[in-house]
Order: sequence, then structure tokens, then C-alpha cells
Amino acid sequence: MNTYEIIVVGGGPAGLAAAIEAHKSGARNILVLERDRELGGILMQCIHNGFGLHIFKEELTGPEYAERFIRELESLGIEYRLDTMVLEVRDDRTVDIISAKHGFETLQAKAVVLAMGCRERTRGAINIPGTRPAGVYSAGAAQRFVNMEGFMVGKRVVVLGSGDIGLIMARRMTLEGAKVLAVAEILPYSGGLTRNIVQCLDDYDIPLYLSHTVTNIEGRDRVEGVTIAKVDENRQPIPGTEIHYECDTLLLSVGLIPENELSKSAGIQLDRVTGGPIVNESMETSVPGIFACGNVVQVHDLVDWVTEESRKAGHNAARYALGKLSELAADLATKAGQGIRYVVPHTIRVANLEKEVDLMMRVTDPFKNKYLVVRHDGAIVKKAKKAHLTPGEMESIKIPVEKLKGLTGELTVCLEEVAHEA
Amino acid sequence: MFDITIIGGGVVGCLIGRELSRCQARVLLVEKDSEVANGTTKANSAIVHAGFDCKPGTLKGKFNVEGNAMFDRVCGELSVPFKRNGSLVVAFSEEELPELYNLEKKGKQNGVPGLELLSGDEVRKREPHLSKTIVEALYAPTGGIVAPWDLAIAAAENAMDNGMELRVDTEVIGIERIDGGYRLQTDTGEAIETRVVINCAGLYSDRIHNMVSEPCFKIIPRRGEYFVLDKSEGNHVSHTIFQCPTPNGKGVLISPSVHGNLIVGPNAEQVETVEHVETTAAGLKSVREAATKSSPDVAYAAVITSFAGLRSTPDTGDFIIGEAKDAPGFFDVAGIESPGLTSAPAIAVHVAGLVRAYLGNPASKADFNPVRRPVLHFSHLPNEAKAAWIQKDPRYGRIVCRCESITEGEIVDAIHRNAGATTVDGIKRRLRPGMGRCQGGFCGPRVVEILSRELNIPLTAVRKDRPASVLLTGPTKTVEGE
Amino acid sequence: MKRELICIVCPMGCHCSIEEDAGAPKGYKVTGITCKRGEDYAVKEITEPTRMLTSTVRIDGARLHRLPVRTSGPIPKERIYECMDLINHLQVQSPVAMGQVLLKDLFGTGVNLIASRSL
Repeated sequence: MNTYEIIVVGGGPAGLAAAIEAHKSGARNILVLERDRELGGILMQCIHNGFGLHIFKEELTGPEYAERFIRELESLGIEYRLDTMVLEVRDDRTVDIISAKHGFETLQAKAVVLAMGCRERTRGAINIPGTRPAGVYSAGAAQRFVNMEGFMVGKRVVVLGSGDIGLIMARRMTLEGAKVLAVAEILPYSGGLTRNIVQCLDDYDIPLYLSHTVTNIEGRDRVEGVTIAKVDENRQPIPGTEIHYECDTLLLSVGLIPENELSKSAGIQLDRVTGGPIVNESMETSVPGIFACGNVVQVHDLVDWVTEESRKAGHNAARYALGKLSELAADLATKAGQGIRYVVPHTIRVANLEKEVDLMMRVTDPFKNKYLVVRHDGAIVKKAKKAHLTPGEMESIKIPVEKLKGLTGELTVCLEEVAHEA
Repeated sequence: MFDITIIGGGVVGCLIGRELSRCQARVLLVEKDSEVANGTTKANSAIVHAGFDCKPGTLKGKFNVEGNAMFDRVCGELSVPFKRNGSLVVAFSEEELPELYNLEKKGKQNGVPGLELLSGDEVRKREPHLSKTIVEALYAPTGGIVAPWDLAIAAAENAMDNGMELRVDTEVIGIERIDGGYRLQTDTGEAIETRVVINCAGLYSDRIHNMVSEPCFKIIPRRGEYFVLDKSEGNHVSHTIFQCPTPNGKGVLISPSVHGNLIVGPNAEQVETVEHVETTAAGLKSVREAATKSSPDVAYAAVITSFAGLRSTPDTGDFIIGEAKDAPGFFDVAGIESPGLTSAPAIAVHVAGLVRAYLGNPASKADFNPVRRPVLHFSHLPNEAKAAWIQKDPRYGRIVCRCESITEGEIVDAIHRNAGATTVDGIKRRLRPGMGRCQGGFCGPRVVEILSRELNIPLTAVRKDRPASVLLTGPTKTVEGE
Repeated sequence: MKRELICIVCPMGCHCSIEEDAGAPKGYKVTGITCKRGEDYAVKEITEPTRMLTSTVRIDGARLHRLPVRTSGPIPKERIYECMDLINHLQVQSPVAMGQVLLKDLFGTGVNLIASRSL
């Protein structure tokens, strides 16, 4: 059986950053496995800009961001296989893979890094009633057709979901000659960046309907119409508020779900809130030697943070493979308190921290002027003032290792009121 | 001139075609849509009923029990997934018990084997997720689950392997009597001459009948809506759980599907036309509420899709099977609503017998082969076999459908078999890409690409289902005037 | 005439209004913005709004039929559709290097159309 120090599942931004960092941390026998025909993952179809502001201090397009990492990976001589699907990962770090070129193989790794990314929530999962015609696409699938195969998926479009993917596709379709009639968003606020509201919707006079959802799809063979309606506090449609559009396309941008089928089959414990594996300070899952990073752990909004998180995973996977990671019980468990939806990592082994722990989180609702507070046993460990918080933007708070030495138990993160300064 | 033309490629028409392909006669199946199994056959509960629900002495009662007994052999020959998981009809109160006992009685009269009454506690021991309010249940071990579209497709393929011809995208728009038989006018302009016509047109069977025979029945379309849940919920129950019929109706069922998903549904609502195959918010809500009675903890967060199907309910109350009195050689097989799927193999044998007698008992084919070349389920193969298949054909090494682990090799095979897939939904029905949790999000572009390549048509010509279900409207970079 | 804008410079997303005012330093009065960068953005949005443009062009001789492209810098907002027309008429030949200039000096702005990836 072929053995590697590190096997990385997924050659997108997470896998690339992890593999490169593992190499820089001393691992030499690394293999990246990618199911598509080229490296780069989902970035290759994200032709818009906005990537790399933090990592490269430049505003790059998705393919440009990816290419920087692909070039670095290749220059380091890191092995990778394309057109290769991982069928199973086991807790003994054996991996079954399959490809047209090499057939079926089982490989052994000292450490595995899971970087499978996520899939899109579907029409079926949100139960939109109506017919099941051609012309209903998840925004990402439409993006693939438009940007890579070079085909339009429709001419008159309604978009459900105002996250960045939906907003970007509204603009993309318009620039390719389609008419985008409306974007509906079930929440009372948009999940996307304000910049995208302005530059994807306002610029093209595309109306945004907050607190609205799609209540019906018509058309037997191809979409012929779509109805949207306002929703109440329980997200139920309010009769009488319906707006009907004659259109031939419905794009759905209704959420991303970390793709953890392989994690489940390896016996890895998942967090029901994030949809991803429970991880410790080293991005290691509940199975020793199996690490995870990127959208498979938690859905990110900026690829820059994917890169940072993945470098951590790659670095620690290398440390693990080289026997330098302490196999201890966790000292601390993080807990999401008031106003916080989840915190990653879930557990911390202080002895494995080299400099600091980076707590990543999302808030439950939009907030203004709050303190993000980390407490242990009631005492404040770290706090940061935040003028503006929203679920669509991941937050992070770095805690230096000195502040955690000797602590055990729970580290709670919550939002607290900013007291009026005199 | 054809000896036999079957109108309608649903499970009934395809199984009849298979039976008739045993004899030395020219058999043609015409289907108005682009693929067989495109009507009610693709949208139903997929239950092989034990037969306690039918009125004794009816065609339904007779063919249900006969058909049920045939499923092991037929599905084995055709490589169609089938499982006898057993049925449980649950009663929630003392008031419902007389009806439950009545089902047992009817079942025994119909010849249903193995019927047993179970106490509420016994039921909950076998099925821990069922409601505490259940007082008693009827257990029918011969109840089963099957892949209904698979059965139709496999039967059509096997029939074609044995000489049957298939014309898709061909709708019969008129029928006239001619010397020695009938002439069918079709929407392609082709006129088909045939000695015998078998009307298996499902929701349209009354229209077909009335083209050549005195109207004597009407099809009332009754819609049923369903939820399909992720395979993670496939073990929520292991039997098919029915609710005891009440004056309000038959209730909804909860059942594993033969592929490992969980199905919840259907309701029953009469609709205006046979075009109303849409789901509705109200309908789905009523299904969910009704199902809660049987099991209060179904995980609806795991729903991956919902669908609706139309029952071909005959206004006569029973199957309509037989030669039209005023049209010799024209056979109706109409009104095949529940237990239609279960009855289909038995109906096929019966109708084939009628038709053969009419044609003067043509001889059987010596080389008739009832066995379909098995469909490879790559993901179920042991690892050595996987490796061997990829060596033989590298396309088995490329996984196209991540959710269900389907390979390019399997997709290519499904396209090139007789009665092969020509649409994205056709691939979905044969192999499941599009039925998994991503609902075609990942595999979609790849399936379109493979169909385009294998059928030698441009990407923009690939269809989801019927000819008007365009997927890609044209290339990007449209330039004015080009 | 007063115009309403949302500032996009930072995540605060201040809502502001801006109107001509001969007496104000830049000729415009801005209300609702909480910082200088935002004020500058609001004035620029009114007087000479610019945008980055990203798209794809047709490419021959490569595995994919479309090459992602972008402007090397922002172009005047009112030129977006004109630029799309230039992009749609373009046909390039593989191999192309990331960063390769495909159209030079769009509309005399000094901004180029460049390839977003190698293909």
C-alpha cells in the first residue's frame, strides 16, 4: 500500500493552502487529491474580484487567487492527482480512491487533511411547491455553466437568496444579456456584502425584496413563472402579498452545507450547528491524525480566512505526522453564549498552541455597538468592541497563549452591551 | 403492418410489451414523451401491496395478489431492486379497529398470505419510532417496495432485446379502423398500421379509447404529494407503515424506499386536468400533519425533495381490462390506479393471453431471453471487482455523481442500452444522479456533457425531460446581429 | 438634487445623502457618513463613478471554451456595457498566460483587459 505523510482531500483553496503549509512545516511526502480536472476548486468559476484583500493586499479574481497557490504547490514539487475521487476515509487514516487513470487504490497516510468544501442547499430541501421544470438552478451550478462551459441557463431570471453568490450571479446574468427581474430574500436583511448590493443590484436596477420568499414555481417543461410573497416573523408567506413574475429561470442561493459524507464515514464527530467536524486548536477532528479546514469545517465568506485556517491545519498535520503534536485531553471547551451562533475551534489543548488561538465565530443576528467578550469562569479573558456585526460576516478574536495557561473548563464567547462612556 | 401496438410506455405497457415479445409477432410500443416511465409510473409510492386493501371479487383484488407473488421472479430476471419489507397498517383508536379487522378479512378472502394482528406494544417493539397512540396493527409480510420506473425501463429494454420496437416522442392523435386492424395517426406525421392496439395510456387512456370506441369510462386524475428524505432517515421505519382507512380517507404512509430513502405521503386530491403535477404548500403541509400521527419524530430537516403524482382513477371503480366490444382487436388496460404497480406483472400476463388468443395463438420465440443484462452498481462492488472494471473500461474510474457514487461508465451504459436514457431525468431514473442530497448540483453539468457526447448532440440540445425542457438557452457572449 | 447612497468602503455601510453645494469644499454636501474615506467615496460616486469589470471571453484551442478576464483597474461606470460589447467580440487563442493583456487602454483610460488565469 502506498504510504504518505499527509494526504489532503480536496485541491481547492483549503487543500492547496494546507498542503503548501505542511510542506513548509517539514512534511515532504504529501499528496493532494482533487475530483475535478484541475486544481483550484470552486475559485475557478468565481471569476469576479474581491479575493485576497487580506492575504495578498490585492483584489484578485477567484482564478487569480487560486493560480497563486497552484503555482506555489507546483514549484514545491507537491504531488497531486486530478480526476480522482476519494470514496472512503477511515479512522486508521487509510483512504480509498478511484480514478480513470489509476483505477482503485487504497493509500495509507500518517495524517489526513479534509478539505472537501461544501454543497449548495437545494430547492427540494426548502420545499418550494410547484412544478419541477428545467430552469431551476442553484446559483453555483448556473455559475459553472455560464463561466466555464460558456452557456446561458436562461433569459428572464428571478433569484432567491441575497447572499453573495446570488448577488454576483444577478450581475453576471445581466451582463450576459439576461433580464434579472428581482432578488428575493427571506430574512429581513441581506446576507451579502453591501458592496455587492450596490454593484450587483443597484447598478442594474434589480429590485431586492427583503422578507420575501418564492411560494410557487410554474411551467411543466421549463420554468414559466415564479411567485414571491412577503413572510411574517415565522417565515410563513402572508396571503395577499404575492408578486408574480413571468420568467424562465429561478436561481437559488439559499445556503451552503459543508460536505461531510467522508467525515461521517470515518466516524468523525460533527457539530450540528456548523455542519462540520468538531475540531481542536490544531484543526484536528475527533479522530486523531485527521484534520479539517475550509468550508468543510464552517462555511466561510472570505477565502482569505479559508487560507489562514487551512495553513493552521496543514502546519499541524505536519507536526502530527512528525510526532510533534501533543496527544492530550482538551483543557478548554469553547461555548457560544448570548448572540453567538457557534465558535470554532470547539476544544483547546493549550500545550499545542504556539502563539495564540484564533476563535472564529458567527453572530445570531445583526447587531450594532457590542462587545465581543471571551470569559472564563466569569472573568474576562479578552474583549473587542465591534461597531457592526452581522451573521453574514465571520468574526474572529485572537487570544494569546499566555492568557490561557493553566485554565481549564469552558471558554464562553458572547456579546455584551457597551456601557455608556461618561 | 405491426401485429401489436401498445400505446403508453408506463410500467403496464412495458410489461405487456415484454410478455408479447415472447411470441413471434411484430410488437411496437409508442410513447408520447421522450422516455418510457414518464407518467404516473415515475411518481407513486413504489409499494408492492400485499392485497388486503382490495374488494374481493374485483380485478384489483385478483391481480394485486397474483402480481405480488410474481415480483421476486420478475425483478430477479430484470435486475430491478425489490425488497419484501412487510406492511403494517396501524390503528390509532378503538373506533378504527372494526375497519382494521375488515382489512384482515378482505385480505384473507383475496388470498393474502401470512396476515397477522399485532398489539400496539408489539408494533412499537418492531418499529420504535411509531406513535404511542397505536392500539393495534395488521402485519402483512408479503408487502414490498420496488423501483417502479426501473421496472418499466427494464421491461422495455428486455422487450426490445427480444425484438420489440420502441418509438418515443410519438403521440397518438387519432385512430381509424382499417381492413384487418387500425391506423394510428401520430404527431410525428407517421401513420402506424397495426392488427391489435393495446391502450395503456394511463391518464390519457379514456382519450385513446374514445378515438375508436364508444365512451364508457372516464379517468379522474387524483393527485398525491410526497416528501423524500435523505438516506440518513432511511431506517426511521423498516416496514411500510399504512394508516387504517377512515371515512376521511386512506391516510398517508411512511416507508423506506428500495434505495434507502424515506418516503412520506401521499394525500389525495382530485385535480382539474392531467397536467396538474405540481406540489402545493397546502398539500405538503397536510401530508406532514397526517404522517405525524404514525410517527411524531420524522426528521423533516432531512427532506431532499418533494414530488406529486397523478392516479389514473377510473370512474368505474375497478381496472378496465379487456377488448372493446365495438372495436375488435382494441384492448383497454385502463384505470390502473393503486394497486396498479403491484398488479402490473399479472395484468401483463393476462392481457398477453387475451391478445395471443385474438391473433390465433402465434408461436413462441425459441430464443426469448427473459433475463436483462444486469445493471452494474459500481459502488456496491467489492474493491477488487471495482479495480477490475476500471481496468476494462477507465470510465468506471470516474465518479460523476458524488452523492450516490455513480460512475461515468454506468452512465454511458445506461445511454446505450435498448430503451436507453436520452435525457437528464432519464439518467436520474436509471442511475440516481439527481436523486441524492445535492439534487444534481454537482453532477448536473457532467451528466449534460456525457449525454451530449454519447448522443452526438450539442450541449444546448440536451433536455431535462420532454422536448420543451430546455436546459441551456444558448452560448454566452451573444453579440448583436450574430 | 439630493441623492441617497450606501457607502461601501467599510462594513459599516453608512447610509448617506449627498447634494450639490457650491460652498462646500468639494462642491458637494454629504450627510450621514462617519469618516473621510466614506465622504470621498460618496463624492466620487456622484461625480465620476468607476467599476471593476470581470467577465469571460471566447477562447479556442483550450480545454475550456471560456477564459475569465478582468479590467486591470476600474473603468467609468457608464462604459460598462460598451466594454462588454468589446469583450463579447473578442476571441483569443490558447495558450494565454494569467495577466496577459488582451485589450490595451480601454477608452483611453490606461486600463487594460487582462486574462484572469492561464489557459
